[in-house]
Amino acid sequence: MASKVIEIIAKQKRIPSDQVTIDSTFQELGLDSLDAVNILFELEGEFNISISDEEARKIKDVRQMVQGVNALIAEKKPA
Amino acid sequence: MPRVVITGLGMISALGRNVPESWASLAEGRPGIGPIEALDASNLKFKNGAEVRDFNPEEYSLKADYLDRFAQFAAVAAREAVKSSGVTFTPELGVRSAVITGSCVGGQNTQDTGFVELYGKKNPRVNPMTIPRTMANAGASAISTDFGIRGPVYTISTACSSSNHAMGQAFWLVRSGAIEVAITGGSEAPFSYGSLKAWEAMRVVSPEMCRPFSRDRKGLILGEGAGMLVLESMEHAQARGAEILGEIVGFGMSSDAGHITKPSAEGAAMAMEAAMRDAQVSPMEIGYINAHGTGTALNDATETQAIKLALGPQAKNVAVSSTKSMHGHALGGAGALEAVATVMALKNGVLPPTANFNEPDPECDLDVIANCARQQQVEYAMSNSFAFGGLNAVVVFRAFR
Repeated sequence: MASKVIEIIAKQKRIPSDQVTIDSTFQELGLDSLDAVNILFELEGEFNISISDEEARKIKDVRQMVQGVNALIAEKKPA
Repeated sequence: MPRVVITGLGMISALGRNVPESWASLAEGRPGIGPIEALDASNLKFKNGAEVRDFNPEEYSLKADYLDRFAQFAAVAAREAVKSSGVTFTPELGVRSAVITGSCVGGQNTQDTGFVELYGKKNPRVNPMTIPRTMANAGASAISTDFGIRGPVYTISTACSSSNHAMGQAFWLVRSGAIEVAITGGSEAPFSYGSLKAWEAMRVVSPEMCRPFSRDRKGLILGEGAGMLVLESMEHAQARGAEILGEIVGFGMSSDAGHITKPSAEGAAMAMEAAMRDAQVSPMEIGYINAHGTGTALNDATETQAIKLALGPQAKNVAVSSTKSMHGHALGGAGALEAVATVMALKNGVLPPTANFNEPDPECDLDVIANCARQQQVEYAMSNSFAFGGLNAVVVFRAFR
C-alpha cells in the first residue's frame, strides 16, 4: 500500500520513485497545492475512498498520507 | 503615434507545426483537411476536419498535464513567435509587455472529458485540473509564465472574432505607448465529441470539403491550432536590431446588433471602414483581403456584399482569398492563423489561394484567388473576422519595406 502511495507521488512529481520514501515530507518533495489535489484525486480513484478536505489539510508527509489512506480503507470494511 | 511592427510569428495548425511548414502549404494551396482522427466520427454527419497531426506535447516540455490542448497550442506558437523575434524578456521588459489571446471555447476537451465521467460513467468526481485547464485564459497565462510577462495579460472571447479582437487590442496598447511588446494571437482545439455534435446541430459544417466563394460550397470545416505574433513599437524593434516582418496599421470593430447567427453586410462593412480609418488608408490602397470566408452559403455571399459596401469600386480589383479552405475554421484561433498567413503573404509577395474552389458564384463576384497562389506585391492587406453574435473585427496589415 505504501509503495502504491509513493508511486503516485513520484508520478505526479515526475521523479524516480526511489527518491520518495515513507519519511519524505511534502516540503522536501516540493509538492505544491496543485500537486496535492492531483495526488488526492489519484489516491481516491486507486483505493476507492473519499478523502475529505479537512483530513487532506492535516497531511504533511508520506507517512501520514499512508496512515490516512489505511484508515479510510479500514473504515470501508465492516468490522 | 508610434508605428507597431511585427517581429515574430508562430503557428501550429493542420498545415504544420510551425510557420515554415504552414506557409509552405499555404503557398502551394495544399489543404490540411482530412478524416477526423481525434475521435470516432461514425456518429457524426460530417467526417472531415483540419486537425493538427502528430502533436506530442511532451516534445515541448510544457506543463502539459495542466494545459488543455488549446492552451498547449497557444504556448507552442508563442514560443516559436518569441524565438523568431529574438526578443529577450528581461524583468524590466516583462512588466512593460502584454499577452492578449483569443479563444472561443477554451478547454472544451477537458470539460467534455469531465462531463463524460459525470453524466456518462456516473463517476461522482472529475479531474481536479478541470477548472484551470478549461478556463479560456489558460493559454495567455501559460505564455505569461513562460516568458515572465507581467503587464496586461488577458483573453478575449468573441467567438470567431476572438483573435482579431485580441490582436487589435494588443496593437492599440503598443501604439498608445502603454506597453512596449505584446505577444498576441489565439488558439482553439474544438475536436471533442460534445463540441462537434453541437456544430453538427448548427448545420453549417460541410459533409465534404471547405470551398469558400465557390458556387458548390457546402459549409465550413472545423480546424484547430494557434497563431501568435510578437508586436512591438518600431523604435524598440529597431533599437535592438530586430528583423521586421510586417506592420499592423489599423484595427476596426463593430456589432451587427441584429441576428445571433445570420451575418449582416452593413455590420461587417462598418468594421472594415473603421479599420481603414484607423489605418488612415483609402480603399484604393487595399490590395488583398484575407476573407472571413467560412465556406457557408450565407457568410460568403454576405461578405461579398460587405466588401462592396466598404471598398466601393475597389471591391472588383482587390484580390480575395479564404485560407480557411486549407487550415479550416479554427474559431477563436482563426484570425490569428489568418494574420500569420497575411503577414507572410505581404512579406513574400505571394497571395495564398482559396483551395478546393470549383466554380465562380455570381453572389461572390470578387477577384477570388482560386486554387493557385498569386505572385503579387501588395502594400496593404485586410484580414476579416465576423463572429456569431454579430461581432466583427478587422485588422489592416502593411508590408514592411
